This record gives sequence, structure tokens and C-alpha cells, in this order.
Amino acid sequence: MERRIRLAQTIDWWIVALYLIMIIFGWFNVYGASYDYTQTTFWGFEYRSGKQLIWIACALVIAGSILLIDGKIYEQMANLFYWAMLLLLLVTIFIAPNIKGSHSWLVFGPVSFQPAELAKLATALAMGKFISKTGFSMGNRRDAIGAIGLIMLPCMLIILQSETGSALVFFAFFLMLYREGLPGVFLMVAACMVVLFLIIVPLSDLPVYHNVGSLGFMLAFIFILLVVMGCVIAYESDGTTMLHILGGTAVLFAIAGLLNIWFDVQYQIFALIAVIGAAIYLLFLFLYRSKRSYIWVALFAIGSVGVSFSVDYFFDHILEPHQQTRIKVVLGMEKDPKGVGYNVNQSKIAIGSGGWVGKGFLNGTQTKLKYVPEQDTDFIYCTIGEEHGFVGAAGVLCLFGLLFYRIMRIAENQRDTFTRVYAYSIVSIMLFHVLINVGMVLGITPVIGIPLPFFSYGGSSLWSFTVMLFILLRLDMTQKARFR
Amino acid sequence: MINDELQNRKYVIGGLIALIILIFIARLLFLQVFTESYKESAEGNAFLKRTIFPPRGLIYDRFGKLLVYNRPSYDVMVTMKEVTSLDTMDFCNTLGITKEDFVDRMNEIKDKKINHNYSPFTPQVFVNQLLADDYARLMEKLYRFPGFSIQQRTIRDYAYKAAAHALGSIGEVSRTTIEKDDYYKMGDYIGITGLEKSYENELRGEKGVQIMLRDSRGRIKGRYANGAYDEEPVAGKTLRLGLDIELQMLGERLMNGKRGSIVAIDPSTGEILAAVSSPTYDPTLMVGRQRSAMFKELNANPNKPLLDRTVMARYPPGSTFKVANALVLQQNNIINGGTRYPCHRGYTVGHFHLACHSHASPLDLYGAIANSCNAYFCAGLRAMLDNDKYKNITEAFNIWRSDIMTFGFGKKLGVDLPHENGGNVPTTKAYDRVHGKGRWRSLNVVSISIGQGEVVATAMQIANLCANVANRGYWITPHMVKYIENQPIPEKYKEKHTTAIEKRYYDVCVRGMEMAILGGTAKGGQIPGIEVCGKTGTAQDPPRKDHSVFMGFAPKVHPKIAIMCIVENSGFGATYAVPISSLMIEFYLRRKISPQRQELLDRMASTVLIHNYGTQNKISTDN
Repeated sequence: MERRIRLAQTIDWWIVALYLIMIIFGWFNVYGASYDYTQTTFWGFEYRSGKQLIWIACALVIAGSILLIDGKIYEQMANLFYWAMLLLLLVTIFIAPNIKGSHSWLVFGPVSFQPAELAKLATALAMGKFISKTGFSMGNRRDAIGAIGLIMLPCMLIILQSETGSALVFFAFFLMLYREGLPGVFLMVAACMVVLFLIIVPLSDLPVYHNVGSLGFMLAFIFILLVVMGCVIAYESDGTTMLHILGGTAVLFAIAGLLNIWFDVQYQIFALIAVIGAAIYLLFLFLYRSKRSYIWVALFAIGSVGVSFSVDYFFDHILEPHQQTRIKVVLGMEKDPKGVGYNVNQSKIAIGSGGWVGKGFLNGTQTKLKYVPEQDTDFIYCTIGEEHGFVGAAGVLCLFGLLFYRIMRIAENQRDTFTRVYAYSIVSIMLFHVLINVGMVLGITPVIGIPLPFFSYGGSSLWSFTVMLFILLRLDMTQKARFR
Repeated sequence: MINDELQNRKYVIGGLIALIILIFIARLLFLQVFTESYKESAEGNAFLKRTIFPPRGLIYDRFGKLLVYNRPSYDVMVTMKEVTSLDTMDFCNTLGITKEDFVDRMNEIKDKKINHNYSPFTPQVFVNQLLADDYARLMEKLYRFPGFSIQQRTIRDYAYKAAAHALGSIGEVSRTTIEKDDYYKMGDYIGITGLEKSYENELRGEKGVQIMLRDSRGRIKGRYANGAYDEEPVAGKTLRLGLDIELQMLGERLMNGKRGSIVAIDPSTGEILAAVSSPTYDPTLMVGRQRSAMFKELNANPNKPLLDRTVMARYPPGSTFKVANALVLQQNNIINGGTRYPCHRGYTVGHFHLACHSHASPLDLYGAIANSCNAYFCAGLRAMLDNDKYKNITEAFNIWRSDIMTFGFGKKLGVDLPHENGGNVPTTKAYDRVHGKGRWRSLNVVSISIGQGEVVATAMQIANLCANVANRGYWITPHMVKYIENQPIPEKYKEKHTTAIEKRYYDVCVRGMEMAILGGTAKGGQIPGIEVCGKTGTAQDPPRKDHSVFMGFAPKVHPKIAIMCIVENSGFGATYAVPISSLMIEFYLRRKISPQRQELLDRMASTVLIHNYGTQNKISTDN
């Protein structure tokens, strides 16, 4: 009995309660979303709601088992688990059948299973193991490359399975890496790249005036100049260098404006000259005035120009047409009312028609009459929004907010790095899922098919998030027991 | 703790999470609370509002005979998704259409620009208003044409092939009407002419609606909330007319082969007993699919059968107008029953001469009405216009005009038939324009005294004058409808319009009109045993023959019927209009035609004048 008392005292009941609320509310919504007017009973394995009930029962058994197993094995087995997982991912590429264009599902009779789900868990554990080793520092180049490599390996294999959505989830680990010392500059650079992408993709084909020039590139180069000037002023307090760059740019644009009286001037070329000029000036300062930091700013400027040119190419030639469409729909460049645009539009109608308190359980017409696609899996949030309104939809977001807060609290209370890294990993993964899934349903992020944790129909996703969460609870219990 | 200095980064991460959640909540607020259009879109998606058409109101005549009712018609519907294997040739032959028709129609149905509510899962109208024969033929083979089905609707049918103009017809509602009135949807029927148009709101009833749930693929998944929000259709209201359908049919028979019109009014109530417009057409041909072809054909006919001559055609009232003048002149103390004016086969002043037929001279007012003396009324009108008691001719004319207008001339009467014309009573301004201000004399306008020149009236207005004389001083706006189910007729059809003339002056005119029948111009109007009063008219319509006109009422005491008949370009009033009117009066009062007059009836009914008219037509319908 000693053990059971300890369990009750040390487990984080907040998280358990949040978890239970989510899966129960989630089940009701799966029932609502998959409900057909011909359905007469709540139960029955032939219905999705019936199946989901079994997945939930299994998940609870799994959760219980995890709590009973000694938490030490996770750290010990982390590497083995990770490499085994990589092998499984690799094998899956070759043996998985083609389901909707991806080779990511292993099918065992009536049950199918997606190894990519478990890969997130394996990677989270492996990251914990890797970062918690003695002397690890993100400042150390070998460590940093090692950490990033551990993330990218499964990511690549999943891309090879044509399961891009799940692969993107691995980028969430960078949030955890940031907590573990990844220089903030990286996040800033990443943010700059995102901004460049958002400027160039929709605007590169638009002219600056009449039919001349490229608005996207001009704005992109001006944005780079602004960032460069921002960096310079952050490194140097008196601002003379910044003023030199600003002055040079102003002179260039004045010349361009003057020339425009006689010629059709390509303004983006003048903006490009300004960026390159600024970079050369900064290199000069680095070489002759030994201002060390400026080399990085100059490299950033040159790199950004390179990225600007490659974004256009990447979007037009590397991305597949359906991916281009999804991005264009979100950026409002395309309507596509039959395809992706249809889904997003119908999901907005579903959510929008919910009002403050929704239409009531089983009264959602958008979802009942199958206007919203994938309504019990990726678009489950629509059902919540339609039938339970703003109260329900915002409530779900608050539940996630609370869950993330509790997990971060556990993370920050850990004395051992392994558990903290692991905790931040799962916060990052879940946050990414919520961000993309809810954002997609609300029409503010591209359509990427990843489930909403604990809500979406399906065993793989439910079990993998359950396992992730309860391993954390078990690790936390182990520590509390030890340091009591 | 190894990474103590990194502790603060938890705030950055926490802030990022909070920011994402806040952005999402703001977006939810925007979508769910501040944007209304999504709710409409969701309803538009999910609810298929199936219209249930109410039966249109029935129409009865004054004796309760059913005139207009509904009969089922059949629309052929097609559900595109279910059309799998179709023997197109067989199908086209069965319906009597060409293969091109078939292809065009199918494409039209699928074109969402034309057919907004298209769904391959719901039945769409392929052909509407199938005839009974085609329907029977199709039903036998329907099993061979998967995807095609029959929808029953109702169209109008007529118990008597008469009164086509007055009863009117219904047809598919026009695009402009749909835009103006959101009650109507594409494919609905609406009254287009006659009573169907003027009583559209009463006859149409109220459409019901059944709210069905429709899934994303257009399939019907049942009724919304078990029909709790459905609306039952309300049947259209029944109309009971003042029309006597047998009298109407007699009138149409008598007017056979002639152009013109007959209007009969019950003077005590203003109810229209008959409204004949000739040539007419068979109302049963103006329903269903043949309506548009029929309409085109009738519209092209030079005799304008579609024109409702009772209220739309503009005629010179001719000598019937003398009665109106007699009343006005007496009221203004210009003449009295004993006033005599000479007539020397016409009215002659200097070079001006207006002819008259030969009769005794001079005549008093009674004789002038009985013999329809032109000279008498020319002289009478001039005596008023040039009278010293008025400041000038303009003042005198204005008094004359306002008195004349109290009879209902010069403006629309407000009859419950559409497109009524107001006729014309000239103004001094009009003469000022023609002759120059103050430069016209009574002689310039003298032709209005005998109902020619600028005076224009509809058959309805002349019949109304007759009813007014029959009532000796008041009239009720003529109207078709006696009462509407559960609803009183409008007050304006009960209101007595009194004229500016005292009753005793009417008595003079009535006596004159009686004399016209007994020994004057309208001798042919005598009916043994019935005291008829009447006034002939021979309205000039140069260069063609004169219109034959008559107005009369009977019996003299407590008149039951006031009638007006005009037979276009047929000659003297006595030739056609008098006998036709007298037969109408006899039938209405006795419900039969005496055997002695049967021969007259047959002669009138068989006289065809229409081929004399030629293709030129000068019935003006503009104001």
C-alpha cells in the first residue's frame, strides 16, 4: 500500500484532471462529428464513437501501466528506443501501403498504426538524454549540431514517407532548444526568414508601379536593410554607422527617383544595391576598424538576399502544387472554393455559425451534414465551435493553456535536465499541434493534416499523446518521491 | 541547476503560448460573435426550403357558377445523378422534343448561373406543364427513364370559354418582378392580365415551406426539427364576381366577327354584369406550355384580340355624350327642357357647317336627345361658352369641364381591371396651345358638344355615364368583384359619387332617352313589356366608317341594367349597337330571348364585319 499512497501524493492531479476532461469532452465531440441521422445508439463498435471509446479505454490502461513502471527506464532506454524508432521509420517507407498518397501507416489486420506518432516521443526522450549529458552546451558547436541532427533525422525519414505534416512537427523541438540555450539570434533569423517568405510569395509578381519592377523583392530588401540597421544600432550606441547606411540608401533612392524621370527604373535593383553596399561597408568596418560583430550582420544581409531569391524558386519549383495552393489560400492569393478553400471556408462557416454558446450537442448542421471534411479527425475543432460556440471553443484553448502551464511548471521544478528537456519537448510538440490544427480550422495557418491532441478521432494520436504525458507524470513522480 | 541564466526564457516561451491562444480567441470572437454572415451561410448550406404551392383562389360569377378553377399539371423533373442509362431518342420522341432541345435543356439545368439552386441530387424541372396526353404517354414509359420523375402542380382552367379579358391569365413571374418583390421566386406563377393581375394578392394565397436538411452532396437527410418550423400553405381567396357569365357569353356571341365592346353595369351597385371585348380568345388556350406561343400569335393579330377594349380602348363617345352635355347645360341654366334650337340639316355659322340628319325642327331638349340633333347641342354649348354671366370663355369652359368630369370622364374610374385608360376631357390650356392663348372661340371647340373632337372616353366610362343617368344623379365605381372570401370589398366600390347635377335635370334626359327608344333614333331597341331608355351614337372615325354606339338602361323605373355597346367602324348606332344592347337587356332581365327576336339574335351573331376592317388599325391606347 506504501507505493499507492506515494502515487496519490506525488502525481500532478491537475494534469490528470485536464487530461480526463479533454478526452471525455473530445469523445462527445467525436460522437457529435461522426453522428449520422441514422445512428440510434451511443455504443457499438461499428461507429467511430464506439471505436474511440475503446481507444480511450486502452489509453487509460496504458496511462495506468506507465504510472506503475519505474521511471528510470525511460532515460536508460532512450537511445535504444530512438534508434529502433528510426529503423522502424525507415522500414515503414518500404512496407507501408499507399494511403492517400503517404506511406506512413503500418497495417495489422483491422488495426493500423503510424510510427511517426511514436517518433515524436522517441525523439523527445533522446533529446533529454543527449542534452542532459555532462558538459552539454548549445554554445558548443558539436553539441548543437548533434542536437539538431537528432531532430532532423526522423524528420527527414517522415518526409520520405510523404507525411509532411508530421515531419513539420519536429521543428517544434527548436522551441525546446531555445529554452536549453539555442541563441536567440537563431529564432530571430528564423522569424526574419518567415517574414521574407510572407513578403516574397504573395508580392513578388506584383509590380512596383505600372508594369515595372517587383514589389515583393523591393519590400524584402528594404526589410533586410531595416533589420541590418536595427542590429547595427543594437551593437553601437552612437548610431553613426546606422546613419551612414541610412544616408547611403536615401541617396540611392534619390538617384533612382531622379532617373525615373527618363527611364522605367527597377526600384528593387536599387534596394538590392543598397543591401549589398551596406554589407560591404560593414565588412570594411570589420576588417579595418575591427568591429567583430559586424561580420555577422554582413553575413546575415548577404544570406537574406540569397534566401529571398531562393524562396521564390523554392515556392514555385520545390513545393508541390497542392502545398502551394494551401499556402496561397491562407495568404488570400487564391480562393480555390472547390478544393482546400472549400474545406477552410466550410470550417469557418461551421465555427462562425456557432455564436456565443453554439447550436447545442448534436445540433450542428455543418458537421452533421458533412459539409466539413475530416470533421472527426483534423477538423474536430469545427464541431466544438459549431455545437458549443465561443464558450466551448475558447474553453478548449484555455484547457490547453492550463495544461501547457502545468507542464512548464513541472519542467521548471525538475532538478534533473532529462525530465526538463523532455517536458519542454512535449509542450513544444503539443503547442505546435494546437497552433497548426486550430489555426488551420480558423483559416489562419495553411491546411496541414495533423490532429488536435486528445480530441481528434484515432488511436495512434490519442495513445501517443497519452504516453508522452504520462511518462512526464511518472518522471515527475520519481523526482518528487526522491526529494521528498 | 546548470542553465540558471536560461531560466528567464520560460517567460518568453510562456508569453509565446499566451500570445497564440489570445490570437486564436480573438479570431474566434471575430468569427463567432461579430460576423453574422456565417450563420446565414450555414443555414443556406443545410436547409433546403421546399416550397409548397397553395391552390389559387377560385372565381365564381354573380349566380355562383364556377368560372375559374385549378387543374393538375405535370412537370417532368430530372435528378441528374440518377440519370444513368437513357435512351435519348425514345425519351425525346415520347415528349415530342428534338434531341437538340434535350441537350440544350440539360445544359441549362446544369448551368448554375441560370439555375442557382442546382444540385445533381435534387429534382430539377426538365419540362413544365405537361399536357394530359403527353403525361399519359410518359407515365407508361417512365420506368425506362431513370432519374426522371413527375411533379404535380396546378394550372388554371376555365369552365366557360368566355370573359378571357376580364378573368385574365397567369404566367411565370418575370425577372423584374422577382427583383422587386421577394415573395416571388423563379418559376412561380403570377397574375399577368385581368382579375388575375388586379387581385393577385388575394388569389395567390400564401406559399408554405418545408425545411429539409440537405447534406454536403445535396442529398436530403430528412426534415428539420421534424417539421416544427415548417409553414403550411394558405389557399388563395375565392372571388365572387358581379359578372353574369351567361350574359357575358351572349355578348360575346353577339359581338362575334366584330370589333368593339359591351359593358353592362348594375347601376345600383356598380357591379359589372358583362365586359365584352371583341375579338376575344379562348382563355383555356392561355395556360400551360402553349401560353407563350398563343400569346405571340394573338399579339400579332391586327385586330388586337389581347386588347381589353372595355377599359383600354379610347373611343370618341359620339352622341352618347350629348346626354352629359344636356345635364351640364341645364344645371348651368343655359337651357331647360323647353329650350328650342333650330336645325337645318346641320349647324351652320358663316363658313362653318356641322351636318345633322333630317328631322323636325326646331326641337326642344327632349326631342333633341330622342333625335340626336347635332345642331341643338352645338348651339347649346356655344350659348354656355359665350354667355355673359361668365367672365370669359375660359371660365365658362372650366365650369363645363369640371361638371363633365363629375360623371367620371377624363380620368381613370378606378375599375378593378388592369391597364385602365382615363380617356380625355380637353382643358383650356390644350386649346391655348393649338390656337394660341385667348385666341380660340366657342366655334373652335363646338365638336365636343356632340362627343367628337378632343373628347375621348372608354367604353367603361360611357357605361358609367349611363348608370349615372339610370340612378338619376350618382354612380358607384364599376367593379368586377362582388366580394372576396372573408374580406369586404374595398370601400371605394361602395361609395356613391354624386354629380354636380340636380335630379330634375336627369328626369328630362331620361324622358328624352325613353323617347329615343319609342320613336327616335333607337327604335330598334324596343323590347315588348320593358321600358327601355337609351341614346344612340354614331361616332366618327375618319377615314373609316363610323362607330356604331349605344347606351341605355332598363327598366326606366328602378333600373337593373345599364349598358353600353360600341361596334367599331360599322355605321349608325341603330344598325348594330342598338339591337345588340336590346338583346342583352332582354336576356338579363328575362333570362331568355323571346322567340320573335331569336332571328335578330342569329342575324347579329352571324354578321361578320372583321374582314372589312383591313389590316390598318387605329385603336389608340396611349393617353
